[in-house]
Amino acid sequence: MGLTNQSTGCCVLSDALHVERVSPGQKVIALAGNPNVGKSTVFNSLTGMRQHTGNWPGKTVTIAQGNFTHGDTQFILVDIPGTYSLMANSVEEEVARDFICFGNPDAVIVVADATCLERNLNLILQTLEATSNVVVCVNLMDEARRKKIRIDLEELSRQLGVPVAGTSARNGKGLDILMDEVWKVTSEKTNGSPLVIQYPEVIESAVSFLEPALKGVVKGGLNPRWVALRLLEDDERLLKAINNYLGYDLMRFEAIADGFRKAKETLDAAGIQPDLYKDMIVSGIVRKAEAISRRVVTVEKPGYNMRDQRIDRILTSRIYGIPIMIGLLGIIFWITITGANYPSSVLADGLFWVEEQLTDLFMAIGAPAWLHGLLVAGMYRTLAWVVSVMLPPMAIFFPLFTLLEDLGYLPRVAFNLDNFFKKACAHGKQALTMCMGFGCNAAGVVGCRIIDSPRERLVATITNNFVPCNGRFPTLIAIITMFFAGMLSGPFQSIVSTLILTGVIILGIIMTLVISRLLSRTILKGLPSSFTLELPPYRKPQAGRIIVRSILDRTLFVLGRAVMVAAPAGLIIWAMANIHAGGMSLLSHSANFLDPFARLFGMDGYILMAFILGFPANEIVIPILIMSYMAEGSMMEFESLIQLRELLVANGWTWLTAICVMLFSLMHWPCSTTCLTIRKETQSWKWTLVSILVPTLTGLCVCFVVANGARLLGLA
Amino acid sequence: MKQKTDSLISPGHIMPLSFLPTGRKARVKALMSNGISRRRMLDLGLISDTIIEALQKSPSGDPVAYLIRGAVIALRSEEASQIIVEAV
Repeated sequence: MGLTNQSTGCCVLSDALHVERVSPGQKVIALAGNPNVGKSTVFNSLTGMRQHTGNWPGKTVTIAQGNFTHGDTQFILVDIPGTYSLMANSVEEEVARDFICFGNPDAVIVVADATCLERNLNLILQTLEATSNVVVCVNLMDEARRKKIRIDLEELSRQLGVPVAGTSARNGKGLDILMDEVWKVTSEKTNGSPLVIQYPEVIESAVSFLEPALKGVVKGGLNPRWVALRLLEDDERLLKAINNYLGYDLMRFEAIADGFRKAKETLDAAGIQPDLYKDMIVSGIVRKAEAISRRVVTVEKPGYNMRDQRIDRILTSRIYGIPIMIGLLGIIFWITITGANYPSSVLADGLFWVEEQLTDLFMAIGAPAWLHGLLVAGMYRTLAWVVSVMLPPMAIFFPLFTLLEDLGYLPRVAFNLDNFFKKACAHGKQALTMCMGFGCNAAGVVGCRIIDSPRERLVATITNNFVPCNGRFPTLIAIITMFFAGMLSGPFQSIVSTLILTGVIILGIIMTLVISRLLSRTILKGLPSSFTLELPPYRKPQAGRIIVRSILDRTLFVLGRAVMVAAPAGLIIWAMANIHAGGMSLLSHSANFLDPFARLFGMDGYILMAFILGFPANEIVIPILIMSYMAEGSMMEFESLIQLRELLVANGWTWLTAICVMLFSLMHWPCSTTCLTIRKETQSWKWTLVSILVPTLTGLCVCFVVANGARLLGLA
Repeated sequence: MKQKTDSLISPGHIMPLSFLPTGRKARVKALMSNGISRRRMLDLGLISDTIIEALQKSPSGDPVAYLIRGAVIALRSEEASQIIVEAV
């Protein structure tokens, strides 16, 4: 199985490069910036689009577009991937560079972090070298003020030679000024005289052979000096990209080829090989950034990040780091489990009251029994189950998880766990993609783009499903409550549930590591590649926004998907339970067919069928299961999960069944959305199939061993 | 224990960054890595004479968080050992 460019999705991003202007007056604005500087917040504030922003590096991995109007002009804002540089060391950097250089934007906004300006200047200076239509947005001015960092924006603008606007995008401050500047740059077509970085004399004299020849030949907004500097880097891919963009081969021009030869001779004579050349270029930019930062930034209180360092010393300490991490996870689960009980039963009461009214209505209008069965007992009841069992835990878990994300804790998780991932020959950022998987595995798979190495990206993609997503938490919580904590009362019940759930999650993480290692030893052989992990400053989360965002964006989205799947699934289940053939319902036929196979793994035919029917959305596995058991037996009144337990026990469930269902829920095929996402990301059905088979086979093996082990030992 | 290693490393001592005890600062002398890894280090601003401070080890001792030009960056020992520094 070869790791080609195509199989690992390097070319996925490039399709998004071309932005269609609907009307000729529209201006295209590229939004660039380092990861984690609030770029997405700026994007959302300007376009009103609700793209979630998180406090971890590399969040914007897709190119988002949004429209807005400022003054008399319509703008299309294009959110390009967050990068530290335009040197094209990774897919994101290449996309960012290609869009800025070849995407024909009318202007580029570079968003920078006011609390960490020097580092951000690297990207600003590189962008200025490529295009002069730049507006710098110094974001997080409020954070900087809080940390007693002062930034002289006017001086910065003088130094850079382009407009600078200070913003606090979270509060919407300064965005007007930013857009005024963007409007000016795009309407006046001139943008002062942007800074030109002076490199050591050898490089300057080499460039002077090439730059004049390029003038007049390179068009379309390409900067001749930038092209000259890049040509001397000997980057063939970039040369190809430039030629593609221009539509002709630069080296076919006599003057250019001649200038290139002379420039190379100059560099060679000075002993400057390509590697050294690149070093000198980077050093030139870094030193310029340092010099500008020194003039512009005043730190009133030295040691301004002492508070962050003190927090890190506790949260990532040798002794407390990992226990605190597990503890935080546990607290989140505990709040979710305890908090979800009450609203869950209230919702169920309400929704089943509505069902009674619906039934009465159907009776009153004399609807045929099959219609009532199909629509009310089938479709409506499944929907009611999905909403009452799934909604409360999600509505609690999502905001809590988003809170940790906004605080900046997740990169610390990656920091704590990195050594385990290194031992599994995986990339350190896999810990981050794993965290994203807790929210949604499809999002986790998309997140794998932050991993540059194709091999490690595939490892992370294939193993992402081992952390249970939000659709699977409620399943796990329901089973734990019914079978392991239900007999306890009071606070013990939720504590025991929490401990078991935390244990299941830790098992998921262990399986992620074990399978990653196994993959690295077999079909994806290789050593871990180098990486750097930024631990961004802690940020004060905005409670109100978190709740609104996570409920609107995530909970309702996930629930909506579940409901859309649950309705037809309920219909099918009811129909299957009520269409009889050969004296048995279709449901029994299929369940019986699956039964012997399922029993090998400690489950039964209905359970396996529920998992299969739950392929479109994991959320509906338990509701389908309840529906199928109910459809077969007599109807039951639902009052609490504990009563549900009786239904399951009456259908032959033991504690071993419960364990096997939990294990299989943790380790089986990804849901259809995730599968399609994997296919899109890897550009390969083969790797999609591997991503389905690996967790499924693992789950089957584990269930087989557990079920038969327990049976052999006489435990069940 | 920490103080012992600290006192062994006097200012001016040349060593790989991975040897720098937490809480100590050092000045970058040279980068030994090549290719992409080297570019990545340069992107962090790790050119010669850059001051680095070792801030915090992760629970297992590797990676280590460093303060580089105002940003906190975690490096695995493989990368840190390729950065030659002079203790200050």
